[in-house]
Amino acid sequence: MSESTVFSEAEVDETDERVDVYAASGEEESGRVFNAVGGDWDDIVGEVGSRPEERIVVNMGPQHPSTHGVLRLILELEGETITEARAGIGYLHTGIEKNMEFRTWVQGVTFCTRMDYVMPLFTETAYCLAVEKLLGITDQIPERASAIRVLMMELNRITSHLVCMGTGGMEMGATTVMTVGFRERERILSVFEMISGLRMNHAYIRPGGVAQDLPAGAIQAIREMIPLLRQGFHELELLMLENPILKGRMVGVGHLDLTGCMALGVTGPMLRSAGYPLDLRKDQPYCGYEKYDFEVLTRTGADAYDRLWLRVKEMFESLKIVEQVIDELQNNPGPVMVEDKKIAWPAQLAVGPDGMGNSLAHIKEIMGTSMESLIHHFKLVTEGFRVPAGQAYVAVESPKGELGCHAVSDGGTRPHRVHFREPSFNNLQAVAAMCEGAQVADVIVAVASIDPVMGGVDR
Amino acid sequence: MAEKDKPGFFSEMFAPVGGFGVTFATMFKKVKTEEYPEVKRPTQPRFHGRHQLNRHPDGLEKCVGCELCAWACPADAIFVEGADNDDTPGGTGRFSPGERFGRIYQINYLRCIFCGLCIEACPTRALTMTNFYELADDSRADLIFTKEQLLAPLQAGMDAPPHAMADGMQERDYYLGKVEGGSR
Ligand code: SF4
Ligand code: SF4
Repeated sequence: MSESTVFSEAEVDETDERVDVYAASGEEESGRVFNAVGGDWDDIVGEVGSRPEERIVVNMGPQHPSTHGVLRLILELEGETITEARAGIGYLHTGIEKNMEFRTWVQGVTFCTRMDYVMPLFTETAYCLAVEKLLGITDQIPERASAIRVLMMELNRITSHLVCMGTGGMEMGATTVMTVGFRERERILSVFEMISGLRMNHAYIRPGGVAQDLPAGAIQAIREMIPLLRQGFHELELLMLENPILKGRMVGVGHLDLTGCMALGVTGPMLRSAGYPLDLRKDQPYCGYEKYDFEVLTRTGADAYDRLWLRVKEMFESLKIVEQVIDELQNNPGPVMVEDKKIAWPAQLAVGPDGMGNSLAHIKEIMGTSMESLIHHFKLVTEGFRVPAGQAYVAVESPKGELGCHAVSDGGTRPHRVHFREPSFNNLQAVAAMCEGAQVADVIVAVASIDPVMGGVDR
Repeated sequence: MAEKDKPGFFSEMFAPVGGFGVTFATMFKKVKTEEYPEVKRPTQPRFHGRHQLNRHPDGLEKCVGCELCAWACPADAIFVEGADNDDTPGGTGRFSPGERFGRIYQINYLRCIFCGLCIEACPTRALTMTNFYELADDSRADLIFTKEQLLAPLQAGMDAPPHAMADGMQERDYYLGKVEGGSR
């Protein structure tokens, strides 16, 4: 704990009346300040213990390696026990939601994909579904586009769970979990790179469909990858689920029962670990999820171990969906963008010896033959399409819980407001309920089991 | 886990130490680590790397200075200033087929987020993304790429602009793929 200690022993003159050295002159002093600069933690605690009126407040983070990025946890301690825990957020605020108001609806995808960078495809999908709902074209989205979205999302769910388990394991000292997790994630990232050209922050899903069709060989690559992934997940299972040390660290830790989850609006694996089988893929299917066969798993322990267990098993369920989707994709060559030329993003990309750009056939059409296509192309790129005034809320089941997008249009070519209900943000509220009364070491496990990603929390 | 791998008595007994089995088996597996700077991993063909400004087969630039790429860019990373091609004798010359060409072209790689919207917007396939990804540098000025840096090198059969369009060819013929290299 020494790296995150803020208060400790200081050369405070016993006879000096001012004990709070940080208080400005004239400001009210809030207590004796101890500065930790090395030394033995026991001495510091002993020192504080000798003054029973003192309390220790420790700032864990925002740059603590175990708090998942830049989360700041403000812990009030009594010895090793936490008497009060608060989460301080805002250290990764990027203003993405606000920025989206100054970009066209299509450009918005490139912004929102950067919110929760561990599950970019879910944010993109939620946003695109909301825009499509506003446009009233939800039924016109080609089936192939929806299936590709499902494929990408389920693969992304696996990578997100792997990051959660990998970093969570590493924070507890299990580096192997991290290396295995990231090794498996790497396989999926190269498939993402193959399909969208990027490993993260794809901007691949667009209002009306997806940016480009799967490249030749993608389905084959996924098929070949699935047994390897299964094997990797099985290794993770063996490494973790029955390991007595891991169980000792996780069982009963970070407990949040169903009542607590409901009161705090907690969703995702956390809610399912409390026994409530809420999964929007089943409850309000989108993108054709009703076609696929998978199970929504629950546990009843409502602790960090059950969440871990659920994440491991959910990865197997996701693989089941991926298998069904690639079978479907093989039999459905359809288009991947809506018909409506006034909305469909006009690019037709192709890879050539000069890299990736618009295909020569498309160039031939817009520059050589069809003036109308060229006009559409110019108008869509410079101005974008208009979206009827109104508002829409669409939620998808992200790896972390309900990810909602509330889009408001004033009838223009840019959003009036786009707001995201980020599960990381809502779930993070549970920190206080999960950590108070526990040990400092349990905070790490509890926070890791929430799986917050600060990019998503702060937006 | 599928029904068939329901744990038996022994696997249940050894489950707590199953992790050691994984560790042991890993010793005999191929190491996955990438030796990055020494061994460079090729990217996938669609990878979004450094941009490139392309040429027609006779060497004229494909960019017509329409600024669509700059409009599409969500990060405001592209700066384009078009100018008129000047065919008159003694004029500044012709750089692209058609009316205009991109006189100034800059991509600021400190702003670029490699989303690829610019290449999707370009109506002439002047702008493409290559698979080159080693773009780190240590000064701001060096990361603002100019037209000279972005332009594709001249291939066989290409002549450096300015020069006139291929004999008997119209602007449209370039886009219809009728112009070949060395046709001047
Ligand atoms: S890749 Fe995206 S950010 Fe970069 S120049 Fe093109 S449009 Fe702009
Ligand atoms: S690169 Fe393409 S989009 Fe950009 S100015 Fe040139 S022709 Fe227009």
